[in-house]
Amino acid sequence: MVLREYLQRRVVPALVTLFVVMTLNFLLFHAMPGNPFTLLIRDPRMPPEMRAKLAHAYGLDAPLPLQFLLYFQNAFTGNLGISLVYKIPVTALVSERLINTLILVTPATILSILIGTAIGLLSGWKRGGKREVSALLFSLVAYSLPVFWLGMIFIMFFAVTMRSFPTSGILTYGLTYPNFLSYLSDLAAHLVLPTSVLTLVLLGQYALIMRSSAVDVLSQDYVLTAKAKGFSESRIVRTTVLRNALLPLITLIGLNLGLIVAGAIQTETVFSYPGVGRLVYESVVTRDYPVLEGAFLAISVSVIVANLITDLLYAYFDPRVRY
Amino acid sequence: MAGPWRVFRDNTLGKVGLVILVGFAIMALVGNFATPYRTTGVGSLEEILQPPSLSHPFGTDDVGLDVLSQVLKGAGLSLLIGLFAGAISVTIGALVGLLSGYYGGMRGTILVRFTDVFLIIPGLPLIIIMAALLGANIWNVIFVIGIVGWAGTARIARSQTLVIRELPYVLRARSLGASDRHIIVRHVLPGVLPLLFANAVLVIGTAILSEATISFLGLGDPTQLSWGTMLNFAFSRGALFAGAYWYVIPPGVCIALVVMGFTCVGYALDEILNPRLRKR
Repeated sequence: MVLREYLQRRVVPALVTLFVVMTLNFLLFHAMPGNPFTLLIRDPRMPPEMRAKLAHAYGLDAPLPLQFLLYFQNAFTGNLGISLVYKIPVTALVSERLINTLILVTPATILSILIGTAIGLLSGWKRGGKREVSALLFSLVAYSLPVFWLGMIFIMFFAVTMRSFPTSGILTYGLTYPNFLSYLSDLAAHLVLPTSVLTLVLLGQYALIMRSSAVDVLSQDYVLTAKAKGFSESRIVRTTVLRNALLPLITLIGLNLGLIVAGAIQTETVFSYPGVGRLVYESVVTRDYPVLEGAFLAISVSVIVANLITDLLYAYFDPRVRY
Repeated sequence: MAGPWRVFRDNTLGKVGLVILVGFAIMALVGNFATPYRTTGVGSLEEILQPPSLSHPFGTDDVGLDVLSQVLKGAGLSLLIGLFAGAISVTIGALVGLLSGYYGGMRGTILVRFTDVFLIIPGLPLIIIMAALLGANIWNVIFVIGIVGWAGTARIARSQTLVIRELPYVLRARSLGASDRHIIVRHVLPGVLPLLFANAVLVIGTAILSEATISFLGLGDPTQLSWGTMLNFAFSRGALFAGAYWYVIPPGVCIALVVMGFTCVGYALDEILNPRLRKR
């Protein structure tokens, strides 16, 4: 399979998914009977001429297929509407929050992949020992914990009781910084707790995946061959097992990106961290539907892009794909 | 042990999970009808936010109601919503997966792409949006969680169907002129059911987690008591800053234990029932 063909086979479904997401967005927010945009102009105090004018301005008097096309045109030119609450363009609001989310999510994901892979590998390798059981137990517990609850526990213990870290937000409100270093240290202090929570929860998932992957690989014949050749167990694990177990891990990480999103939404809400996850929660509570729609689109696009990147990584690591 | 529990003989994980689940089932059954104290209305002013004591093992919440009673009462709803939502997910997933695996060509490909799309779309934002748009009551919550989480099951059903479809007895049935419906129902379905059962257990676990999350975010039914709504109240009414750990810890531990129970049983069943897993 030529690499180019493989990539083409991945990009097209990604675009289809994007199309489906945007259609879903449109259907949910603009096409359902009680949809929030028609409710916008249903203010009984408004005179009918005003209502007609508003309907025209929002494009609500156009036939549905035309609204659908307009929606796509707007989305691709970066016009996602105006926030009803903040009164600024949705695109600006969402992109600002998206950056904050990336600051939180990226280190957490990297850490959890590294640690989770190590734990999973250990657990799959030393079958039937105390290490396997404790690693398995730890992974199971981490996987089953509700993220928001873990966040609450962390706040209660580390922030309120021990006062080691701030309880919420991304920076201390109202503080100005004499130099870049103090800005960084304030940012870091606010990031420690949310990042730890997110890392712990994602850990469980990756450890369990890595474990099944490792167990699978260890039962293969080529591992037996390596053992027969006299290689030490640790060398076998480090070279053969790791490389081969890594492949399904990459695929599964790509498939489970939704988990990172779910974790981020909960973590940001509990820690009042101003990211795109909390934006979803906020806009639900304040009924700021343009923002909700825009945030969902942003999140979905990020996941689709991340999925494509993992596909690329997979192609890089699996030599069978390239030739 | 004899009978259907025989399958768990060699599997400690499954046994542990089963014990946990049976324990919580009993808790849900009992707690729904009889709790030490009342769980609705308000308690007395002197009893607000009391730490654990002999009369209130889990303390009281911010309106003076006993936390232990609430945990017992909320068990039923949390489990029930998870069960129903999980059932919906598995049913839809089994249907889509079976059909996409059995039928090749255009129909099959469309269904597969459809499944892939829903695998990628992040679940929680979609659930949140739909719950927000549809309104906050139990049935909406069940519906919304159910129709978002089916893609994983569909994948499993599909891959198993692809295998069964090529087995000799199916080919023989087809050559004898059996209709598609007959083959799917009488031959493919029984082969896929064991895997679906193992998967269903895992799906129910994640559905319970989803319900807790939705209720925590305030999108659940505020008139009903579940572990998630308890945590919502704890969070929004400042239990964290009042240091009321007794209000925060029990519901969360219960959620985690129940999900762990379902996960253990699900993994154990998968190990036992999955024909592709080699004997290690």
